[in-house]
Amino acid sequence: MAMDVEILEDPKHHRYVLNMGPQHPSTHGVLRVLLELEGEYAMELLPVLGYGHRCHEKIAEHKPVKSFMPNTARMDYLGALIYNHGYAQLLERAAGIEVPERVEYIRVITSELNRIQSHLLWYGAYLLDLGAFTPIMYAFDDREHILDILEDVTGSRLTYCYFRVGGVSKDIDDKFVTSTRAFVKRLRSRFPMYEDLVNGNVILQNRLNDVGELTPHTCARYGITGPLLRGTGVAYDMRRAEPYSIYSQFDFEIPTGTKGDCMASFMVRFHELEQSLRIIEQALDGLPEGPIMTPKVPKKLKIPAGDYNSSVEAPRGELSYYLVSDGSDVPYRLKVRTPSYSNLSVVPEMCQGMLLSDVVSAMGALDLVIPEIDR
Amino acid sequence: MEIFYSLLPELIRIVIAAICGAVIVFGNALVMGYAERKLAGHIMFRPGPMEVGPHGIYQLVIDGLKLMGKQLVIPKNADTPLFMLAPLIAFAPVFVPLLVIPFSDKIQGFDLDVGLLLILAFASINVLAILIGGWSSNNKYSLFGAIRSVAQNDAYEIPMLISLLAIIFMTNTFSLKEIAAAQSPVWFVVIQPLAFLIYIVAMVAETNRAPFDLPEAESELTAGFHTEYSGMSFSLFVLGEYANMFIVCSVATVFFLGGDSGIPLPYFEYTGIIWFLLKVYLLMFFLIWIRWTYPRTRFDQLMNFCWKYLIPFSLVNLLITVVMVKLL
Amino acid sequence: MKSYFSTLFTGAWSLILGLKVTIKALFSPIVTCQYPREKMEVTPNYRGHIDLVKFADTGAHKCISCGSCMRDCPSDCIVVEGEKREGVKGKVLTIFTLDFTKCSLCGACVEVCPTKALDYCNDYELAGFTREEFYFDLLKRVEERE
Repeated sequence: MAMDVEILEDPKHHRYVLNMGPQHPSTHGVLRVLLELEGEYAMELLPVLGYGHRCHEKIAEHKPVKSFMPNTARMDYLGALIYNHGYAQLLERAAGIEVPERVEYIRVITSELNRIQSHLLWYGAYLLDLGAFTPIMYAFDDREHILDILEDVTGSRLTYCYFRVGGVSKDIDDKFVTSTRAFVKRLRSRFPMYEDLVNGNVILQNRLNDVGELTPHTCARYGITGPLLRGTGVAYDMRRAEPYSIYSQFDFEIPTGTKGDCMASFMVRFHELEQSLRIIEQALDGLPEGPIMTPKVPKKLKIPAGDYNSSVEAPRGELSYYLVSDGSDVPYRLKVRTPSYSNLSVVPEMCQGMLLSDVVSAMGALDLVIPEIDR
Repeated sequence: MEIFYSLLPELIRIVIAAICGAVIVFGNALVMGYAERKLAGHIMFRPGPMEVGPHGIYQLVIDGLKLMGKQLVIPKNADTPLFMLAPLIAFAPVFVPLLVIPFSDKIQGFDLDVGLLLILAFASINVLAILIGGWSSNNKYSLFGAIRSVAQNDAYEIPMLISLLAIIFMTNTFSLKEIAAAQSPVWFVVIQPLAFLIYIVAMVAETNRAPFDLPEAESELTAGFHTEYSGMSFSLFVLGEYANMFIVCSVATVFFLGGDSGIPLPYFEYTGIIWFLLKVYLLMFFLIWIRWTYPRTRFDQLMNFCWKYLIPFSLVNLLITVVMVKLL
Repeated sequence: MKSYFSTLFTGAWSLILGLKVTIKALFSPIVTCQYPREKMEVTPNYRGHIDLVKFADTGAHKCISCGSCMRDCPSDCIVVEGEKREGVKGKVLTIFTLDFTKCSLCGACVEVCPTKALDYCNDYELAGFTREEFYFDLLKRVEERE
């Protein structure tokens, strides 16, 4: 309650407080934002967190490292495989496990499918925030194909636990390859439709242009990564900046914007769909044969004492795992740096003096996943 | 007593017209509610309501029953009398404009000399209802919706009126029947396309439909002015909205699409209503179609569009019309 | 003045393009599945909750009640108990329960099982009114199965 006191109704300035969330249609989860309004202009904002906190980091300190894998998927339910990827990579680095090449290819393909799925959901949900009801259904139509493809190989539809330390749990087959290729073709053919219906729409352009402008400097101060940072013109992508897995072998571009407003990050995300498709195509072409699991992974994985780091590019920005080990099979401390948390922290500065409608479009552009913030 | 007998036919006429009005209001809400959900569904590649009855045609009846059965929740600290009054104010006035709409040559409640003024006057009472509803709810989101609605409706009434005024100058009458009759060779949509376009845009804004549904912008204001309304009081707002859509579309039909004119059918003085309703529902289809296509505009952009584009264009259009009427 | 009109026309054109997309969609076939009436085919790889496998050659499960799954489960939702019986080699399974309310479907139990006695079931239509409905007695389930 202490936080509520900070923003109080001030009759002298004709300001009043609007409580947006935790059950507001456009906060997408249990985020609560206190807005101090003057007319319809938001003068002060205060995000209130903690409604969905599940102590994932603390749980990690209490069980064997391998058992934490399903938890990673629950932190960001939209980028579950990418979270799996980061964690598997962390343990492999820590324990010095080499991963077979086929596994790396499978991980890249499924991760990129996961990224497309996440972007498609954001695309639809963001337009829902902006008042367009139809695009979300079109985006879900495409997204269902990815879920079907991934369900066939991982066994689940959303919170995957597919990657293992040193491999993946199930091999991909010809059916996966053909259906993924069919999906790549399908999504490409749908892009013109999205362009016509949404991206070129004058109402959308007016809603997003010059709203929520960020500069590279602001991003650096708040630790903002991902499409928001790339929207300001900084081509920073973990897949290029610190190439992990086999991303250095693929030919893809990092889309950037110039103005750093909502439209810039919107278009960055939209173009990332195409880049992910390119990566998938190249990975499918070069898919080698081989085992899907390193044989030498011990049942009880002991991490040598020391600290380890692993960073991957999640759909919303840079995801880092930082593990401190005391030599046992239970981590001494596991810190997860989730992109949404840093991205959210800019809201009070970014949205100051905005119309209420613009606050909704600016917060939607952050692509917040609340369980990732309150992990 | 003699006065009574002389007035009796008129009284009977009023009663019949009122009953017909009620039938239209409720029937229209059923048709539109169903059509909206079906069309929205098919636009989104899904079938829409399918469960109640064949292709879900009884869905709206069931929904109506459900809404009637629901508890009316009055929020704490709400202004109870006003809170209860607002849905009635939204709903009751829609019957009056229906009396003067010429559905066909013979099907019309009253042919008033001031038909258009009557319609506009009663249609704008809706704003008052939204304002009262939003204000009395004791909810900041509702208040936002109410304030937005007032500003929006006031602004958009101006281009709406001016675009209609161009027609009034051409026909020299406010009587809807005479205006409809004046378009016997050519519909006014051909002569006044700009006025028609302006009227369509203003019509969308007047009925608070997407992309101008700012008073109820659910992603920003949860549900806008009717956030706190439930059950029947909520459905009265919806009935009012659909009836208002029907009225503005009817006005568009009378002013621009030639009223009941069309391919002659037997007993045309009565069967003209078929053409009339066809045109009205085509316009309504257009309203639904754009609702499920566009995102919502922002408030200042909505106002800018009105003041920078619609009002200047409608004024220029009016000026040209006046000059042409004078010259010809 | 030029930009005043050009924004109007480009804007109007973009709106017409949008209308074209939705009217095309209106007359396209639907893609959804009317769930309770028609069901989509579930992939055999779908991972529902775990089940003991009934092996065709013996007509019984192959659990040796070693408890590996119980130890490896991240959520502690499996309970396995066995007892020594005279005349039988190894332990005999007496209790195998799964608390599905806690299970996170990670698959650690299936992978660790030395006899491959566990597998995922394909049951996805799970709904219940009480918590207890999701405490599955897997031993009973395997015995009742055909």
